[in-house]
Amino acid sequence: MKYSGLAVLREALRGHTGWKPAWRDATPAPEYDVVIIGGGGHGLATAFYLARHHHVGRIAVVEKSWLGSGSIGRNTTIIRSNYLLPGNIPFYELSMKLWEGLEQEVNYNAMVSQRGVYNIFHSDAQRDAYARRGNAMRLHGVDAQLLDRATLRAKIPYLDYENARFPIQGALLQARGGTVRHDAVAWGYARAADRLGVDIIQNCEVTGITRQNGSVTGIETTRGFIGAKKLGLAVAGASSLVASMAGLRLPIESHALQAFVTEALKPLIDNVITFGAGHFYISQSDKGGLVFGGDLDGYNSYAARGNLPTIEDVCEGGMALMPMIGRARLVRHWGGIMDMTMDGSPIIDKTPVENLYLNAGWCYGGFKATPASGFCFAHLIAQNTTHEVAGAYRLDRFAEGRLIDEKGVGAQPNLH
Amino acid sequence: MRITCPHCGQRGLEEFLYHGDATPQRPSDGGATPTVEWTDYVYLRDNKNFAHEELWYHSAGCHAWLRVTRDLSTHEIQDVRQA
Repeated sequence: MKYSGLAVLREALRGHTGWKPAWRDATPAPEYDVVIIGGGGHGLATAFYLARHHHVGRIAVVEKSWLGSGSIGRNTTIIRSNYLLPGNIPFYELSMKLWEGLEQEVNYNAMVSQRGVYNIFHSDAQRDAYARRGNAMRLHGVDAQLLDRATLRAKIPYLDYENARFPIQGALLQARGGTVRHDAVAWGYARAADRLGVDIIQNCEVTGITRQNGSVTGIETTRGFIGAKKLGLAVAGASSLVASMAGLRLPIESHALQAFVTEALKPLIDNVITFGAGHFYISQSDKGGLVFGGDLDGYNSYAARGNLPTIEDVCEGGMALMPMIGRARLVRHWGGIMDMTMDGSPIIDKTPVENLYLNAGWCYGGFKATPASGFCFAHLIAQNTTHEVAGAYRLDRFAEGRLIDEKGVGAQPNLH
Repeated sequence: MRITCPHCGQRGLEEFLYHGDATPQRPSDGGATPTVEWTDYVYLRDNKNFAHEELWYHSAGCHAWLRVTRDLSTHEIQDVRQA
């Protein structure tokens, strides 16, 4: 059923008895042309764009738990394309353009809200760095504005402008950045992919990747063997574990990242704000909770939770930027597992195993990348060639010395 | 999470700096030319779940380098020794 105003009206008149489940709960077929492991945002987006733009035959998405149970439902919902390096900007800008057309394309309300992302700067050197970043964005056709202190203060009056240690000097604004309802992204892609015939198989954990003569033939799962002519991995957080089933070692460490939500408040923060002197970023959800986060905990982890020193550090950043939130009560905090790569940038590439494709290493920037990640991964799987905007995200770039290190901190995954 | 330093006793996480997987072995050839061994050492990790041997530096304590074994699924510290 296509969702529309007319459909809502029709269902209102008949007591909402006509709504159908948004997707089928498929049982696995013996074989598919393409199997995607991972029923999160990236996997579902990949399946959707494969079915929508490429003719690859039967497609399945297998998910070990329920649909959208991983990082797609555990992030802070921010979208932006304010990157610095040439390998990154066109990719994230494609993602932004896909976000802008997403709801029409998948016929689902994902609450895409381009409310603006403000990166605050606190020193002359940081202004220069943000001006450079803004110029790099504009050279690639991305919107960016450098705001001085007075302009910023007129827009966002409640920041601690007089802070003695971290005085606010201005901000880099990407007005097209914003937030998207994260769960709805998974549900929207799932429903749209399902309507194009993709089988979404939940509660189906992959236990092995079968190969013959160096080429993938299928997967062993808790629901039996599923044959696959091509296999795509989109399991960020567990990429090393799943890739090891095919004998691969990846340039990735798994780390815990925490996020936080306060009690619901009246509308207060109508954009996304990041603190430049520490790691803290905040927005307000449509339910009213302040959603914020900061740095990784900094040590390898597969436990989806963090520790108190990081919570203290994040909250100190928040208090230095906007002391008014000090009395808001925290109602929830949680951790997610991030694929942290050795240069802080993702991987969308073929692997040394034939017909095995890898989408991994999203660090803590995977949510905003969801549409372009799916779009480019679908292109790679269908055409067997890299999409031009994902051309830098090669698996062999570490051996080749072509790293994409936005922060310039080297092979230290906990610092990216 | 607390680490029991062999010199200082049980201390909070904020006293320590993390330096990652303790198991990769630095190649002995000096690194003048790029090799597969160097790529492995610098970039590739097993990244398995459960018991993980890792290096921690007691920066706000005795400045010792520690080799810690920790369960990545629970954060339980199973062993601490001088690196």
